[in-house]
Amino acid sequence: MNDWPALDDFLRTDPRDVGCDQAMEMLHVYVELVAAGALAEQQYPGIAAHLRACGPCGEDFEGLLAAVRGEAD
Amino acid sequence: MMPVNRMVDETPVTATGLDPESAWWLRVLAETGPRREAALARLHELLVRVARAEARRRGPRVRITGPELDDLAYQAAADAVMAVTGRLGQFRGESRFTTWACKFAIFEVSAKIGRHFWRHPGVPLDAEDWDRLPDRLGLEPARESEWRDLLAALRRAVDDELTPRQREVFVAVVLNGVPLDTLVIELGSSRNAIYKMVFDARRKLRAALVAGGYLGHDTQERS
Repeated sequence: MNDWPALDDFLRTDPRDVGCDQAMEMLHVYVELVAAGALAEQQYPGIAAHLRACGPCGEDFEGLLAAVRGEAD
Repeated sequence: MMPVNRMVDETPVTATGLDPESAWWLRVLAETGPRREAALARLHELLVRVARAEARRRGPRVRITGPELDDLAYQAAADAVMAVTGRLGQFRGESRFTTWACKFAIFEVSAKIGRHFWRHPGVPLDAEDWDRLPDRLGLEPARESEWRDLLAALRRAVDDELTPRQREVFVAVVLNGVPLDTLVIELGSSRNAIYKMVFDARRKLRAALVAGGYLGHDTQERS
């Protein structure tokens, strides 16, 4: 328990985090799982950890998810 | 971060047959002639639509509007078509072809917005704006007497624990709010390399604050 949760959250790192390259390599697969309501996070915990922590990759994820869901139409 | 081999182990390769539409895209784009040209036009149309939607989605936050935003989207779509056609052999059928192709449009929009910020930076990349940090970290002004020591300890850790490169990246990304993709261009690096530097810096700084008694030990695995 910390008195400074935002700082603690920011500095805390997840050892499962796979990094940008691997997360982006599999982004299309991950996004289709999420869009289908499948258990993407359980199947790819390293990608899920990365998308939570990396703002730019998280943005790419949100953008591709919106495209797959047809929000670009 | 997790090593490559563990990621590979957890990644099921499912390239056992394509859906009919994906197979059509792959077959036609590998041809020469009018069918390929028609498919390229259709691909371009799809990626323009995706890139425009993505540029519009991000536009308000990055202050790009109007014709500049449209230009960015069209350029991103054109570059994405090139990326897709140049990588056809890398498509493994783990998703629909169009999802894989749209990914490149999203990446191109990301990269171009990073480049836009680089040309029109709102803040100098190397200034050290420690005054903005309390707000960024949700530290309330009313509790300043409680967090003043914490922030001083964090600043000492930034000076003492980080390598010069980690410090440079930390200052740009965390203190100055420079988009990571912009820093990638500025430093001639990659998103992965910059992220890894920030990741390592965060880990070192947390360890220093835990050792100093400012933060609790990490006793639980994040779910």
